[in-house]
This record gives sequence, structure tokens and C-alpha cells, in this order.
Amino acid sequence: MSEIDHYSQVWTHRTPKTRLMLWAFWAALVALFVWCWQVMTAGTIWAFVWDAPRQAADIGSRMFPPRLSYLPELMGPLWDTINIATLGTIGGVIMAVPVAFAAARNTSPSPAILRPVALFIIVASRSINSLIWALLLVAIIGPGLLAGIVAIALRSIGFVGKLLYEAIEETDRRQIEAIEATGASGAQTLSYGIVPQILPAFWGISVFRWDINIRESTILGLVGAGGIGLKLQASMNTLAWSQVTVILLLILGTVIVSEWVSAKVRQALI
Amino acid sequence: MEGSYPSTWRRPPQILTDRRVRIGLQVGIAIYLVLAIGTLEVDWARVATGMERGQRFVMGFLQPDFVSRWDDILRGLIESLTMTLTSTVLGVALSVPLGIGAARNLAPRPVYYVCRSIIAVSRSLQEIIIAIFLVAMFGFGPFAGFLTLAFATIGFLGKLLADDIEEIDARQAEAVRATGASWGQLVNYAVQPQVMPRLIGLSLYRLDINFRESAVIGIVGAGGIGATLNTAIDRYEYDSAGAILLIIIGVVMIAEYGSSYLRKFLQ
Amino acid sequence: MMLRLEGLSKTYKTGDTALGDVDLSVPKGQIVGLIGPSGAGKSTLIRCINRLVEPTKGKVMLGDVDLAALGKRELRRQRRRIGMIFQEYALVERLTVMENVLSGRLGYVSFWRSFLRRYPGADVQRAYRLLDRVGLIDHADKRADALSGGQRQRVGIARALAQDPELLLVDEPTASLDPKTSRQIMRLLTEICAERDLPAIVNIHDVPLAQQFVQRIVGLRAGRIVFDGSPDQLTQSVLTEIYGAEDWDAMRKDDEDQKSAETEQRARLEAIA
Repeated sequence: MSEIDHYSQVWTHRTPKTRLMLWAFWAALVALFVWCWQVMTAGTIWAFVWDAPRQAADIGSRMFPPRLSYLPELMGPLWDTINIATLGTIGGVIMAVPVAFAAARNTSPSPAILRPVALFIIVASRSINSLIWALLLVAIIGPGLLAGIVAIALRSIGFVGKLLYEAIEETDRRQIEAIEATGASGAQTLSYGIVPQILPAFWGISVFRWDINIRESTILGLVGAGGIGLKLQASMNTLAWSQVTVILLLILGTVIVSEWVSAKVRQALI
Repeated sequence: MEGSYPSTWRRPPQILTDRRVRIGLQVGIAIYLVLAIGTLEVDWARVATGMERGQRFVMGFLQPDFVSRWDDILRGLIESLTMTLTSTVLGVALSVPLGIGAARNLAPRPVYYVCRSIIAVSRSLQEIIIAIFLVAMFGFGPFAGFLTLAFATIGFLGKLLADDIEEIDARQAEAVRATGASWGQLVNYAVQPQVMPRLIGLSLYRLDINFRESAVIGIVGAGGIGATLNTAIDRYEYDSAGAILLIIIGVVMIAEYGSSYLRKFLQ
Repeated sequence: MMLRLEGLSKTYKTGDTALGDVDLSVPKGQIVGLIGPSGAGKSTLIRCINRLVEPTKGKVMLGDVDLAALGKRELRRQRRRIGMIFQEYALVERLTVMENVLSGRLGYVSFWRSFLRRYPGADVQRAYRLLDRVGLIDHADKRADALSGGQRQRVGIARALAQDPELLLVDEPTASLDPKTSRQIMRLLTEICAERDLPAIVNIHDVPLAQQFVQRIVGLRAGRIVFDGSPDQLTQSVLTEIYGAEDWDAMRKDDEDQKSAETEQRARLEAIA
């Protein structure tokens, strides 16, 4: 053992400076957390918080057994919900396609003006949840399915547009160049060079968004935009918790089925 | 010579090669669309009167009014931001043990099933529904929102973390185990280095999502800027609503650029 | 003269000069091999001819037309006269072989015809005849990404010929093919050019292959023509001028080594089978 005595017996993973910075970072995070916590809970009435377990037990006991006889009444709203999701997805995809082509660096007709506008549309649509869109649309065009469909469509533009424009930017430049070299016009280059390359991504994205939209459209009724959420809202207003259980189970089942369908379709496409 | 080759060509179908299935599917879709659009009851008179309001909203969006409700907006924004940060920190902290517990290759069977079911519940329930229940239990205000977002974060991160851990390079884990390492040392030396970069990236991504969601759950009374927005829309104050929406968009953009910059910096 | 380049120059926005004052004439039926080190401007030169890259100055005379001076619409009409064959095939992978060949007719048909895949009967016949010529008539309905490298390049050739071109531009046709397939492709190209009395400019990095198949070789170095002559004039000193100091005998030997390695491998495979 004596031959290795002259090596240092201290080994550290990081240099002292990075270690110091790491500690400073964690300390700052903890401090920030504590400060945020205090600001956030300033108005909290702690008596309610301590009372929560009792409330939970109370609600829980009212939720069971679920009132299964309520199920037939839910079929109409469920149909509406599926329609909101499907028609909304179709509308959103139709609007998203031109936005995506305007936003992609390699197909944008005017990179200086149209591209930033398209990118802003995408960010704006993505930042605002479909429930907020629905809230606005119910105020504007009145409660009902149409508000829900438009809300879902507006929210889908950003999602589909973003993924699609990324797919357009990832297309193989050489295939497009080869089509251009035959003397094809702009529209022909689009339909022969670019569209075949992005078509699988397009269908995949659309089906994926449809699946998410089914999930989101179940709650749009909370703000009056139609579908099964209306029943949820009504049941909660009347404190009919046993009906709430039935609705939640139905939503859960629908979501699982739609997830399964979308996974199957995407598998078939690839 | 020219005549010996066919002069027509049709593109063969690529996905549905059976003609009957293809036609059946097309007819089915057509029938569905007719039925779906048929059950759509639209009160066009109401929509027409709404157009005027829509115009006012667009004007409000173009000329947002940050000033007259500034106190409310600021309070809502602070609530949202603090809620976002605290819930993400707590959610990440809890999702690490949960993620490890839900990884098939690290956890004993019973623990695995318990952890996976917690994740499944958290993922299948929407934030807004969780918020409704938590508001009913804990009363109105940001505390219920904080709990909602933390719970949603656990499901999101726990699932991705567990899947990541299950996909780690088994040879590295084996090599560490072969040195006689304990379970804790195994996690520290073989698992942590492999999943840490992605955990950081996902946490930043979740921070962004939590802020967006914090704007929504306010609608059902869980505090934050969503409550302010809800009030503004209820009062038909579209210029204030436009201002709030622009703030949300702005914060989301900052968060997105910030987190992509941070991720690059950390790698 | 079918093609005449006069003072063709290209300077990129970064200030790099890719081509400096190139003069070149190609008569009908002649195949010109364009050699030179990577970065010498071979690819830029042939892309300047059909203006996939915009030349900075100079003339590109195809027959009586100066391609460099054309507007967008007229350029598209003239591009029909120039068939192009690409490195790594550049087929539209997700379309069928037939659609790829028919895409050579895009400049001749309206958008709706091409969109609905309703090409005139003569175009379809032409496409079938070309596929037969390159030996792929049974593969017409397959997707392009289901073919092997050599087959794909033959589809690329059929697509270029579908344009009924007066000139072929060929960019590194064999860069991603094995030596045997490379020879087959080069042989097919020379045969087709001879059949149709077509002139062609072939970018090629494989000097021995070029010497074997083309009638004239042009050497490019740093965007300028430094050699123009027949393959047997391409001596060691000329190659040194084009590529810089390098042991050319070693490269020839490499080529021979590769050939013998190939036969050896084939023998081994046969032994296993």
C-alpha cells in the first residue's frame, strides 16, 4: 500500500466554486419557496384547512354508492361532448394548416411579417386553456355547443400548428429541391415535395389532439359550453354527490376509450 | 411500341387496402358528420347579437386596459406565480420518491402497485375537477389551487420519472450492484446520473404548465389570475380581460424561452 | 453548342467565392466529368445551371436562351429542359415509384392534374417505358423507400428522363452506392446519353470511375477550371494540380484493393451459402 501514499486522499466531485454555487442555488430556492409560501397563504383561513379531512369524509360518504340510474340521462350530453371534441378538432386542424405553413421557416411566404404573426397566433392559442376560451365564447356567442366547438378549435390551432410547423421545418430539403428542378410550380412543389413528407405527422398530430380534446371537452360545460360538464355543474350545484360519482366514472371511461382509439390509429398510420 | 404500355395509372391505396373497408369507413364518417352537425342546435340570432360583443372583445384585446383593475390583476398574478412555484417545488419533491416507487426495476411489487395507482388517479382526473373537490374541502382561495397543482404535478412527473428509471441502462445498474452497493447507493450512483438531466428539464416544463393551469382553476374558486379573469368577463370588462390574457401569454412566452435557455445552460 | 457558360460566378453572402469566372461549353451528346476536391464548387456549378443556386453574374446559355436572365415563371418552363439526378437519389420517399417518375412531368401539366394524379395517357406510357428501360417496371406501385440504393437511383434517372430533357445534370450519382452498383449506374447513364444524344455534366469524386466512363474531364479547384481534356490526359501532375499533393498511385491501388476485397467477400458469402 505504501507506494500510493503520495496521492491525495481527498477527492471531491466538483470544484469548490461550483459547489459553492450549487449551495447558493439551493439556498436561494428554499428562500424563494418560503417567501412565496408566506405570500400565498397570507389570506388562508386555517380553520377551513384543518376542517378539510372532515369535509372530505363527508363528501366521500355522500358520493357512495353512485346513483347508477342516472346513467341513461347522461348519454345525450356524452354524445354532445364527443361532437364538441371531434368537430372542434376538425375546425382547429383546418385553421392550423395555413398557420403552420406561414410559421415554418422554409415555407413562409413572408418571413418578415407573416411568420411572426403566425408564431404569435400559435403562442396565444397555446397559452390560453380551452376552458378560458369557452368562458369568453359563452360570454360572446351565448351558452351551447357552438361555444364549446369554437373554444376547442381555437385551443387546437396552437398545438397542431406548433407540431406541424416543426414537422415542415424538418422535411428533407433534397427531396423538395429535386421536385423544383423538374420545373414544378410552387403549388406542385408543395403537393409533391412537402405534403408527402409531413402527411404521417399530420394525421398523428390530429388524432393525438382529438384524444386530448375529448378530455378537455368533458369539462367545458362547467362554464356553460355544453356537453357532460353541464350535468356535472348541475349535480354539484344541487350537492348531488352520488350523481357526481357516476359522471366522473363515465368521463374516466370515455377518456380511456379515446386514448385507446388514438393509440390504435396512430399505430396503423406509422 | 408506345402502345404496348398502359396509358392509365391509379395510385394504389396505402393504408386501407381492402376496398370494402375503405368505402365503409368513408360512409361511416359521412354519416357521423351529418348526425353530429344535425344535433348542433345553434341560436343564430343569439350568435348575431354576440358578434357585436365579439367585436368589443377584439377591440379590448387590441387596446387592453391594464390600469383600472390593476390592483386586482396584480393580486391575481402574484397569487398565480406564488402558487405555481410552491406547487411545482412540492410536486417535484414528492414525485421523486413516488417515481422511484413506481419503477418496476427498483421497487418491491406492493409498493409498485400503490405508487402506480396514485399516479393513475392523478393523471386521469383533470386539474379542474381536482380543484372543485379541493375547493369544497379547503375553502376558496389559492391554498386549494396550490394543492391541486401539486397533486397534478405528482402524477405528471411521477409517471415520466418512473418510465425513465425503468428504461435506464441495466448494465450500468448491474455494474454498480456488482461492487456490493446497497439499494440507496444503487439509486445514487446508477439511477440518479442517468435520469437527473431529464428530471430538471421536465420540472421546468411543468413549471410552465402549472402557470397556465393556475389561470384556469381560478374559475372554480381556487384563486390566482383565473379568478380575476372570470370576474372581468362576468362584468363584461373586455378591455381588462384582454389585458389579463396578454399578461398570461407574456408570462408563458417568458417561461418558455427562459426554460429552454436554462435547459441548454444546464446541459 | 448545347450548353455554354460564360463568366459564371457565385459569391455567397458570407463572402466566400464558390465559382470564379467559369467558361465552359458542352456539345450535344458529350458527357463531361466534373472532378475536384470537396468545396471546389462542383455542386454549386451544376446548381447554378438550373438556378437551384442563384449565380451572382455570368451567362448560362442553353441553346439560345440565357437561363441566368429569366424571370421566375420562364425559369420554371426552361427547367423542364434540364433533367437532374441527385446524390442520395432525392426521391420523394413516401410516394410510389410511379409518382416519382411522373413527377418529372410536373412542369408540363396543370396543378389539378398533378394533384389528382390524372396525368395524360402519353405521360403514363412514357413513364412505364422509362421504368422498363431502367429495369423496374414491376416495381411501379411500390413505395420509393422500399427500394435498394441502386434501384432508387434508377428511379431518379427515369424521373429525369421523363422530363424529355435536352441536358442532364448529375450530382455525385454514385456517392452512396457500392462499387459494383456504381459501375452499373454509370454504364446506364452513358448508354442513355448515347441513345438520346444527350449532353451531361456529371459531378464525380471517384476519379478512376470518371476515367472509365466519360469522354471529357473538367477539373475544378477553388471555383476555377484548372483542367479540361480527355481522360488519358489526366496525368499525375494534373491531378496534383487539381487536388493538391497526394499519392495518386495509392488511390488507384486503393481502388484495386477494394475490387479484390469485393470479389473475396463474394466468394466467402458463396462459401457460406
